[in-house]
Amino acid sequence: MRPPTEWYLAIAALLFTIGVVGVLARRNAIVIFMSIELMLNAVNLTLVAYADSFGASDAQVFVFFVMAVAAAEAAVGLAIILAIFRRRRSTSVDDINLLKW
Amino acid sequence: MLRWIWAIPLLPLAGFLANGLLGRRLSRRAIGTIACGAVLASFVLSVGAVVALSGAGEDLGAGGGPSLRWDPEHRRAQVTVGTWIPASAAGGLAVDWGFVLDPLSAVMILVVTGVGFLIHVYSIGYMHDDPGYSRYFAYLNLFMAMMLTLVLGSSYVVLFVGWEGVGLCSYLLIGFWYQDVAKATAGMKAFLVNRIGDFGFMLGMLLMFVHFGTLDIQTVAASAGGAGAAVTLIALLLFVGATGKSAQVPLYVWLPDAMAGPTPVSALIHAATMVTAGVYMVARSSVVYVNAPAALATVAVVGAATAFLAATIALVQTDIKKVLAYSTVSQLGYMFLGCGVGAFSAGIFHLVTHAFFKALLFLGAGSVIHAMSGEQEMPKMGGLRAHLPATYRTMLIGALALAGIPPLAGFFSKDEILGKAWEDGHLWLWMLGSVTALLTAFYVFRLIYLTFFGATRMSADARHHLHESPGVMTVPLWILAVLSAVGGLLGLPVALGFGNFLEGWLEPALASPLAHAAVEGSGHAAAGGHVWLLVVAALIAVAGWAVARTLYQARPEAPARIAARAGGLYRVLKGKYFVDEIYQAIFVRSFFGGAWALDRFDRHVVDGTVNGGGAGVQIAGQIVKLFHTGYVRNYALSFFLGVVFILWFLLVR
Repeated sequence: MRPPTEWYLAIAALLFTIGVVGVLARRNAIVIFMSIELMLNAVNLTLVAYADSFGASDAQVFVFFVMAVAAAEAAVGLAIILAIFRRRRSTSVDDINLLKW
Repeated sequence: MLRWIWAIPLLPLAGFLANGLLGRRLSRRAIGTIACGAVLASFVLSVGAVVALSGAGEDLGAGGGPSLRWDPEHRRAQVTVGTWIPASAAGGLAVDWGFVLDPLSAVMILVVTGVGFLIHVYSIGYMHDDPGYSRYFAYLNLFMAMMLTLVLGSSYVVLFVGWEGVGLCSYLLIGFWYQDVAKATAGMKAFLVNRIGDFGFMLGMLLMFVHFGTLDIQTVAASAGGAGAAVTLIALLLFVGATGKSAQVPLYVWLPDAMAGPTPVSALIHAATMVTAGVYMVARSSVVYVNAPAALATVAVVGAATAFLAATIALVQTDIKKVLAYSTVSQLGYMFLGCGVGAFSAGIFHLVTHAFFKALLFLGAGSVIHAMSGEQEMPKMGGLRAHLPATYRTMLIGALALAGIPPLAGFFSKDEILGKAWEDGHLWLWMLGSVTALLTAFYVFRLIYLTFFGATRMSADARHHLHESPGVMTVPLWILAVLSAVGGLLGLPVALGFGNFLEGWLEPALASPLAHAAVEGSGHAAAGGHVWLLVVAALIAVAGWAVARTLYQARPEAPARIAARAGGLYRVLKGKYFVDEIYQAIFVRSFFGGAWALDRFDRHVVDGTVNGGGAGVQIAGQIVKLFHTGYVRNYALSFFLGVVFILWFLLVR
């Protein structure tokens, strides 16, 4: 007996919101990264829940793609953060405002 | 020979090119030889052409060929070298490179090349140690080429080419010593004042083209009759040009300043030739002027007024060249007076004699200045007669000719003008002219007495360098002195029972006014009856001489006393009627005021628009910049808000 789909969606929405708030509110670049992973996984959970509910497996394939891309993205992102940390001794995004004139 | 008249201006042009391009590599001897040789060749060619012209008969047209047109009625040979503006090009304006030899231009080319050659020779001596030797002779040759183009041009456009060309050379030669700011400025003043006159001249030409459809002098003359107000306006506009070039009221102010140039330049350009271009042009347009009596009267009045005003200024000048400059303005006024009363041949006669004696006086003054190591102030001269015998003798002849002492050249030509003014019934113009004659005799002998007589007032240093000029300078002086003495033979008065040769020679080329022609029938007795006018003129000249002798020879302390007595008048004359100051206040200041306003407009309105555009973009950038904090969180927030907005838009709306 599996729980109703709405429960999955509610948990996914909760995770996504935590992720958004984490991205917007935190200053540590690594924590922001973790929040982004949280949002991605919330979306993954939604996809899996719907796939199960509709009995379609293509969405589950899609989730594998998302996880693979997220892993690659995390590797690149962490490398950038590491490079910035080496230069600035900080991972706070408030110290990184180079993208302005 | 007539077929070759186009080469007359071309020879000095070749000299200009040779000296102008290669002058730095040539020796001084070669430069002088090229320059003088070019003008001498031009003179020889001119003499040949004039001889051919005087002997030409009815049949010349037959053998003339296509480029030579012969008009027996006006004794006028025209050579067309080529087309400048084809008739199809510019609204029917057709201009040919045409050169005309008729009695009038014959007189002019002989004077220009003859006097010009003498002055070229004189310049070899005068400029011998000047670093700008080749430049000087190049300019001088260019001037000759342009002046000859002016007098030979068959249309007003070709004439105008020469007109502007001589103006350019005048500017270049006044500012010849351009390191001296005052001299460069004098050149600029001459150019700018001439520009005002030239503008009038150009308007006159435009109106002429609109009205007659052509700018060919002969065609315009043929159709000028009975054309009414337009012809008067054309004549007046052309005369505006003449007042600029020939230094008449109100545009005479540049000529005295033009004395900043080397003295031979003053003699050639600013006394003998260029400044007479206006008189030549009026005489050349005589048919137009005769058909515009109002314009003719204006010419006469302006001429007489200029003659008188300039003579009064000349009375008190102390710079030897300034005296002669104002004298030139005054004598040019006489020429215009002659033209204005319809006696164009008398004006040209005076032009010729004036070219002789004024060139002589200027060259003599140059010789004095040369001897005095550059000193021009007469109060620092005196007693030079013993040291400069040749200069003294020749200048005395020039002075006698200018003063109008018979039987020298100036007497006959000046009397011819005054006699014609009298005959024509312009009593007060005659009186003004006669008073001017008295002033003329006075100021020129004042110059002679101050320079050559009395005790010397020069410094010991100047006395040490004092020397008579070399032969290359004195020989031209003597030749000009002879011409000044006998030049009057060209136009011996009818009143004394002679035929006036020059008047007869010029007759085919000049129109005579209608009123004059009407009087002619009844007035032959009257014309013969003005012997007493000759006597009066001679007495006036002698009186002027006597006054000068009394004041500057017999009682040298008197002039200062008179100057003190007539304090106000003296100051006005000394200040040249303050015309320069008045022009400065009215024209120059208002011009600078307008320029200032335009400068403000340019800086604030025109530049302001451009700068405002830039500043606006900058301000907009400053505002937009605030959104670009560089903080990832802010970008993420706007990103998030954007997503929310899109979702709201897609789902709720």
